[in-house]
Amino acid sequence: MPKALRGVLIPLTVLLLLLLINVIKDVDFLDISNVNGALYGNIPNILFGATELVIITIGMTLVTSASGGQDISVGVVATITSAVFIQALAAFGPVSWLSVAGALVVSCAVGALLGLFNGTLVAIFRIQPMVATLILFTAGRSIAFLIDGKVSPNLKNAVTTQIGGVIPGVPIQTPIILTVVVIAVFAVLFKLTNLRLYTQTVGINEKAARLNGIDPVKVKLLVFVILGICCAVAGFISVCKNERHDSVNLLKLIEMDAILAVALGGNALIGGKFNLPGAIIGAYTIEVLNRTLLRFGISPDAIKAVKAAFIIFLMIVSSPVVMSLLDKARGKIAGRLEKSASDKYGGPKTEGA
Amino acid sequence: MKKVFAIVIVLALVFALAACSGGGGSSAAPADTGSAAPVDEGSGGGASGEAIKVGIVNLPPEESGYRQANVEDMNEVFSAANGYDAKQSNAADNSEQIAAAEGYIRDGVDYLLISAANATGWDGVLASAKEAGVTVFLFDRFIETDESNYQAALVSNTYEEGQTAVDWLLGQGLDAYNVILIRGQIGSAAEIGRSDAVEKADEAGDLTIVADGTGGDTWSDVEARKVVEAAITGGVDFNVIYAENDGMAQGAVKALDAAGISHGKGGDVIIMGFDFNRFALREVQAGNWNYDGQCNPRQASKIAEWIQTIESGEEPPVGTVYLDEIGVDTDSITEDDILERGINEDPGVVESVNEAA
Repeated sequence: MPKALRGVLIPLTVLLLLLLINVIKDVDFLDISNVNGALYGNIPNILFGATELVIITIGMTLVTSASGGQDISVGVVATITSAVFIQALAAFGPVSWLSVAGALVVSCAVGALLGLFNGTLVAIFRIQPMVATLILFTAGRSIAFLIDGKVSPNLKNAVTTQIGGVIPGVPIQTPIILTVVVIAVFAVLFKLTNLRLYTQTVGINEKAARLNGIDPVKVKLLVFVILGICCAVAGFISVCKNERHDSVNLLKLIEMDAILAVALGGNALIGGKFNLPGAIIGAYTIEVLNRTLLRFGISPDAIKAVKAAFIIFLMIVSSPVVMSLLDKARGKIAGRLEKSASDKYGGPKTEGA
Repeated sequence: MKKVFAIVIVLALVFALAACSGGGGSSAAPADTGSAAPVDEGSGGGASGEAIKVGIVNLPPEESGYRQANVEDMNEVFSAANGYDAKQSNAADNSEQIAAAEGYIRDGVDYLLISAANATGWDGVLASAKEAGVTVFLFDRFIETDESNYQAALVSNTYEEGQTAVDWLLGQGLDAYNVILIRGQIGSAAEIGRSDAVEKADEAGDLTIVADGTGGDTWSDVEARKVVEAAITGGVDFNVIYAENDGMAQGAVKALDAAGISHGKGGDVIIMGFDFNRFALREVQAGNWNYDGQCNPRQASKIAEWIQTIESGEEPPVGTVYLDEIGVDTDSITEDDILERGINEDPGVVESVNEAA
């Protein structure tokens, strides 16, 4: 238990600190009311707003771990896959839960293919991930624009509106539920398979992994495919939320936030061991940070600078140097406690001194 | 040995490249007159005998819905069928744009139309255009240069757009106007112009800006939604949302819907957007929004008019010319407004599927 907690201690502290600032500003931060049959308030809004970022961050953590680099095409991949989703949905005829599910499967397949493309460049051609994914990053939105048929299609129907909002009778907004489902899927995946072990092994030492019978190429391809599917799911949720496919703006620059979330979670961006709960907390931290700045009414011209200052602060707090300092301090305190304890039980000899 | 080999290969590549580009450059001029001419005769030449050569330096259509409409409008008006031999290049990068403009001047175009990515760095191009006797028109965006360096500029008056919108708002006869201002990209011409009227009215006490946010550099609907959500959960009292483009207005409306706050005609909150996207105009028509302000991307026909003026030997306008732009509300909007002035297609394949369902 303490071991599991230790990994997320720093990111969690940072997140709680931000939440605390909000509560101090006004305790109404915690208010939750019932709107349209679902819970509404700051906390639900944060969980709702962070959906896409959390899902993409999960995939990004795996890619970072195995490849030692980052995929900067995630927002663009989500834009392409959601464009495909809409076209598939239109092709399937009348919108129903089944046709939405079918279109989602199609868009996930496209996401997997795009992930495979990125993964091939990285794993087989050994191109730096950031450079390899730069290709889609640059060209992708134009591709999505063409898939859209050069318009911004609207998505107005009962099913997708419920997916992006509230299903009648369910008291929690659907995107929040979907986030939990995705996290649960990964938890099960890690439990049942060797995905975590293989990913980390490849990230720590490719040669050693190969000597132990793990094929680094396959593992890298796999994590990129997983990230592609994560992007497809995030794009799907985003387009259901927005009810319009805006190929220019959809999840624009979410890659930067996702990379930041991975880093905030205490993950080394050069790969190796990863801490998925930390990264997820990091993603929520970014969402909370964005909303905190708005809540404090920071003026629009200053908001970027203030955000940057906050991020520097957060990064320093969660940096290895500060962590080891904390560890040392904790060691000292523990040592002292031990000493005083032994002093106490040591008998009357030291008590006089 | 390996090194020598590598050097030889690199040198070979360099020479190959130089040969390619050299060949391309030297053959470009004759090829253009040689190969482009038959294309003209094939399509446009038949229509008017001698096509007017126009070079259009524009931004890429996927930049925004506005640009998309703008690019298509240019293609439509300056078509071969209308007697033009027009080439359009779409680059978001200033140096690429400048290279394209220089190429057009070399090709001997009669007119050069520029919507610059950056306002600076164009003096060299404008000078060589002048030297070559090319008439330059700026559209949509200004260039920081002396007015004598170009013939005329046709742009949107974003200050006027903001003023029209604020005048409309203050004519609504409400007791108080508590406005959530959602700005576009801070510092962009549209943001400065459209914010100006609201800020002035705020200073004059005609309305109150109760929350001041931005959709960021991408005019993001998601960011706009967050601005409104922060206002709602923060207990801010508001009855107007002034979003500086249609996408952000839509994001704001999503936040209201999720919070169960009514909007539009007869609702608690007045929704105002800009740009005249058709999807937005449909929202105004349906009464879900109250107002939309036009930002006219159709400069082509006006510039074509000017070109015809010059061709017929008369004097074209000089300096800055503003486009006609209107604002519509739920009562005044007509189907013609949507079809003629709205930009981009009517939304949605999937919506129509829904209607069928």
